[in-house]
Amino acid sequence: MSNKVLAKGLAGALAASVALVPLMASAGELVIESWRNDDIDIWNEKIIPAFNEVHPDIKVSFKPTPPTEYNASVNAKLAGGTAGDLITCRPFDASLELYKQGNLAALDDLKGMDNFSDVAKSAWQTDDGAVTFCLPMASVIHGFIYNKEAFEEVGVEVPKTREEFYAALDKIKEDGSYIPMAMGTADQWEAATMGFQNIGPNYWNGEAGRKALIDGSAKFTDAAYVDTFKELASWKNYLPDGYEAISYPDAQNLFSLGRAAVYPAGSWDISLFNNQADFEFGAFPPPAAAGADTCYISDHTDIALGLNADSKNAAEAKLFLEWMTGSEFAELYSNALPGFFSLSNHTVEVTDPVASEFVSWRQKCESTIRNSYQILSRGTPNLENDLWNLSAQVINGTLTPEEAAGAAEAGLAKWYAPHQ
Amino acid sequence: MAHSGPMTDWRKAKLPVIAFLAPATIIYTLFMIYPLLDSIRLSFYATPSGGEAAFVGLDNYRTILADPDWSATFWNSFWNNMKFFAVHMLIQNPIGIALAGILSLPQLRFRNTYRTMMIMPTMLSVVIVGFIWQLILSPVWGVGADLLDIVGLKSLFGPWLGKEGSALITLSFISVWQWVGIPLMLIYAALLAIPDDLVDAAIVDGATHFEVFIHIKLPLVLPTVAMVSILTFVGNFNAFDLIYAVKGALAGPNFSTDIMGTLFYRTFFGYQLQLGDPHLGATVASLMFLIILAGVLFYLFAIQRRLARYQL
Repeated sequence: MSNKVLAKGLAGALAASVALVPLMASAGELVIESWRNDDIDIWNEKIIPAFNEVHPDIKVSFKPTPPTEYNASVNAKLAGGTAGDLITCRPFDASLELYKQGNLAALDDLKGMDNFSDVAKSAWQTDDGAVTFCLPMASVIHGFIYNKEAFEEVGVEVPKTREEFYAALDKIKEDGSYIPMAMGTADQWEAATMGFQNIGPNYWNGEAGRKALIDGSAKFTDAAYVDTFKELASWKNYLPDGYEAISYPDAQNLFSLGRAAVYPAGSWDISLFNNQADFEFGAFPPPAAAGADTCYISDHTDIALGLNADSKNAAEAKLFLEWMTGSEFAELYSNALPGFFSLSNHTVEVTDPVASEFVSWRQKCESTIRNSYQILSRGTPNLENDLWNLSAQVINGTLTPEEAAGAAEAGLAKWYAPHQ
Repeated sequence: MAHSGPMTDWRKAKLPVIAFLAPATIIYTLFMIYPLLDSIRLSFYATPSGGEAAFVGLDNYRTILADPDWSATFWNSFWNNMKFFAVHMLIQNPIGIALAGILSLPQLRFRNTYRTMMIMPTMLSVVIVGFIWQLILSPVWGVGADLLDIVGLKSLFGPWLGKEGSALITLSFISVWQWVGIPLMLIYAALLAIPDDLVDAAIVDGATHFEVFIHIKLPLVLPTVAMVSILTFVGNFNAFDLIYAVKGALAGPNFSTDIMGTLFYRTFFGYQLQLGDPHLGATVASLMFLIILAGVLFYLFAIQRRLARYQL
């Protein structure tokens, strides 16, 4: 027992000393901290060279950490004064806490900040909206990706209303050659993120409903939320057998192997399907009820870049951030990573057909973000974790929609004054 | 015979004794005792948002044990942990004893092959074990359903890892599959130490191998069985990796696979939008320590002292 612990301790010390070496970057070199280790090639081969064409004298290096370790490691580095100059920001509270502790600088007077809408900035502002401390980079959009060949074979059209959507799913189920919808509840978060937060905005009217939850004028026990859970509960008829034990990669594989017709998606899934699916696929937004005049989509602010308040290269870092507010970066980033959409107001030509379909919904529908992210996940029990658990249970059939809505409201009422 | 040997001149022996004890003592103190005490100290503090850590006495313990939400979560994970432990005690250890008994039979062939195969899963990484079993039991790609089909029991197959009622039991079985080699090896070693003449005498007196095992071998290895039990207890109440690898830190569905290790991880490091709280996390860790301590003390005073030992 003690040998094992000793080995771990030594391994830890060794890892720490190795980890310290790359941190001692030379002065004048900008270091970007990020959790997007998947993107290292895109930064090194496209984004940083493009920046160096404008500012050849500023050296930039992209130093990612694995996503699961990012928060802990960046917090420790900031506390120890060894963090990079530019810090990739998680949305809402994780970054807000960094700002409050004085680790992130305010960026309101950054040139080009007015290229971003208030919704885009909302994830990286103080609660009163007075200070913005990270530069919004990209959002991800929810919707449904469908197998075009499957739709043709079964003879269903791309649904425009909720009624058409379920009629199409029924028809695919009856036909029997495809699983109507590829999703599972084993990892829980798909049920909440690709389910509840995907179809929900059409019920709670996007931003209006989200803000009403925050100021307490709406409650989870309202019809909008119960109905969202009801629609979610109906999904179990269309999911593959044993969906309770189907994980997120299982569902991705079911769809990319061509065994399923519809996949509740986040736009980040596009690149995986581009690589793996050998059939044509398209996308449609979560269908609203027939006769609804507005549609709503979850256009979730996911990633931003902030300035380390203790950076020794603050002037250069600001130049980099200013460059990022321009249209060149928006275009580069959106096309290098199909499915991550620039949050700036620049018109960006997205070349990937499915990604451009996703981003086109911004024109015809109203954007909103996931309702549990701002303020409401600050207490115990944590609303986001609750929604994962409750959404999965609603689909599994172990909770009724009414019970789930009641539990979410009760959890919020425990600590959040506007709901008490 | 006159008194001689190392006991006579303590002053001469003092230096080597200290020198030999020092490395273990220093390392153990530095890497085990100090972190343990510091973690307990941490549990008496709290950090308000943006403020400095302040001493709050037993407040964190009150939160975990008295706040309805926290205590429900805590006791849920405690009872899940008890179930996890019960499955190991009732399935893993009896199977380990039985396999050790069979392996020690004199006329068994391919003994070393069996032994290697049985200890093999123990050497695999937990992440790999979790991944393999998730694939075997997967309702989409798994061979589990096909295997049951061969014996005509396909109707019994279900998404066991995803159902509230069966997820924890399934995970316990996976853990048993992985770790059964440990009690097997320890008890097998104890069985080998039993002199052959005891067994031969019993056989001559007309006992069967089964009777020899029950009446002679088992009582003789009982101290080892007790030690295996306490190791199982400590290991199970520290368990975390398998659950985390298969179900994530939210230990679904509906926290039915949440054990104290996963609860500690969620509390200390945070999860998704839930920010970590090192102080509450340390409190959960200290409670785990107290539970394990209570179990070990119970073993030491109530069980170990009553065990009959035989000089062989």
